Amino acid sequence: MEQSDVIKAQLMDERDLDRTLDRMARQIVETFAIDDLGPVNVGLIGMQLRGVYLARRLRKKILEVEKVDIPLGVLDATMYRDDFRLRLKQPVVRETQIDFDITERHLVLIDDVLFTGRTTRAALDALMDIGRPASVKFLVIVDRGLRELPIRADFVGRKVPTLPGEEIRVRLCEVDDQEGVWLVESGLNTERET
Amino acid sequence: MNVTQTDQQINTRLAHDHLLGLEGYSSEEIELVLSTARRFREVLYRPIRKVPTLRGITVVNLFFEASTRTRISFELAEKRLSADTVNFSTSGSSVLKGETLKDTVQNIEAMKIDMVVVRHRSPGAAHFLTQCVSSTIINAGDGAHEHPTQALLDLLTISDRFGYVEGLNVTIIGDIMHSRVARSNIHGLTTLGANITLCGPPSLLPVEVESLTDRDNVHVTSNLDEALEGCDVAMALRIQLERQGSNRLPSLREYHEQFGIKMSNMNQHKDLVIMHPGPVNRGVELASEVVDHERAVILDQVTNGVAVRMAILFLLSGHADVDQT
Repeated sequence: MEQSDVIKAQLMDERDLDRTLDRMARQIVETFAIDDLGPVNVGLIGMQLRGVYLARRLRKKILEVEKVDIPLGVLDATMYRDDFRLRLKQPVVRETQIDFDITERHLVLIDDVLFTGRTTRAALDALMDIGRPASVKFLVIVDRGLRELPIRADFVGRKVPTLPGEEIRVRLCEVDDQEGVWLVESGLNTERET
Repeated sequence: MNVTQTDQQINTRLAHDHLLGLEGYSSEEIELVLSTARRFREVLYRPIRKVPTLRGITVVNLFFEASTRTRISFELAEKRLSADTVNFSTSGSSVLKGETLKDTVQNIEAMKIDMVVVRHRSPGAAHFLTQCVSSTIINAGDGAHEHPTQALLDLLTISDRFGYVEGLNVTIIGDIMHSRVARSNIHGLTTLGANITLCGPPSLLPVEVESLTDRDNVHVTSNLDEALEGCDVAMALRIQLERQGSNRLPSLREYHEQFGIKMSNMNQHKDLVIMHPGPVNRGVELASEVVDHERAVILDQVTNGVAVRMAILFLLSGHADVDQT
């Protein structure tokens, strides 16, 4: 957690998170009938930071179950955000790397938390500048509500209605020293995870 | 719960409000610029080479001195970030009517702008502007003082080529005395832990050069062979032809014989990487075949120039608004 966080509840532990990802991997396969379409027509796009690791896990699960290797790209939407100059903390621009042509491809955009929808809006704009996907579906582990834009997720791990001032922390062992999902009261409302 | 170490390393912000020179910039700040520049460089290879990051920000490019590459590079960087740009050059301006630098800039700022990129023949011109106006100032070269974005693009080129900068031996060859490129590079390279050798005719090595940095990893010589021994990167500076005949510079032929990098040097030093800030005088600082050599990274430097300037514009623009809120 952040130093100022006060934990209110643990929403998922390691096993819950893994089960959720299992279900979502199956949903992706089902939605795109991947055995018919094949990896040529589908792509996963992980959003920096934690969406990237979630996307890698989903790709691995789909490969294990369906023996289909779906290409994976990494997207950072910071350059497209509308609020980076208003925030107290200077955002870090992370890597964008999509090594396949997204035009005419069905994409699954993957992030950890859906909140205001502003990051999703930025990510969609970024994708449209890179190519013209056939479709984009949106996958999140937690939808915490409080949307500020007309955006919704197609695959949702869990819906958790929250209050302003509360934060959802998704922590993954690849980048954090813990694994799971927590609802916290944020002491310092410096960084909104949208 | 702690974020990973790599996160912490890049989670810094620039401690400076302006980019006047690399003197005083910490290694963390320089690394932040370089890592941000790598991200922005990727934009240059997208089908649509433009992001909306600086929409609504107005940048004025004030060039009181001739420039092709730096001006175009800044202008492209601004356009790639969707900033509004206004260009100003001395010819055809009120400067010819006798308006001072301070008045010129205050008048332009009164038209509501956010950032000023300035090149001027007087050392300290960029610093002076920070006293006159509240806009963010970026130094694009002030006399023989500093040219920080050039040094940053050089650092990015070196860092990408070798994977690190610390411990590398970098030789800067030419007119060190009049070179703002050399000065900025000395600050940047020593801050990141490189060893520097300065090489040039004794008349073009400034007397104060040893004290330019208080660290002891700067070495001075007038012997090219000695300067290239164990050297990883040779950075040739442009000989300012207009200074020829000022008694400081031998004839160009003599200069090339003594300080020009030739194919024989390339063959002798199999890993030597060649850099040049441009424009190159072929057959003077570098033999023509050396310019086109596969170990000459001059065009990479130019590409990196746009990326580094995008990063600087981005990092400093965030600052300006944060301070106001």
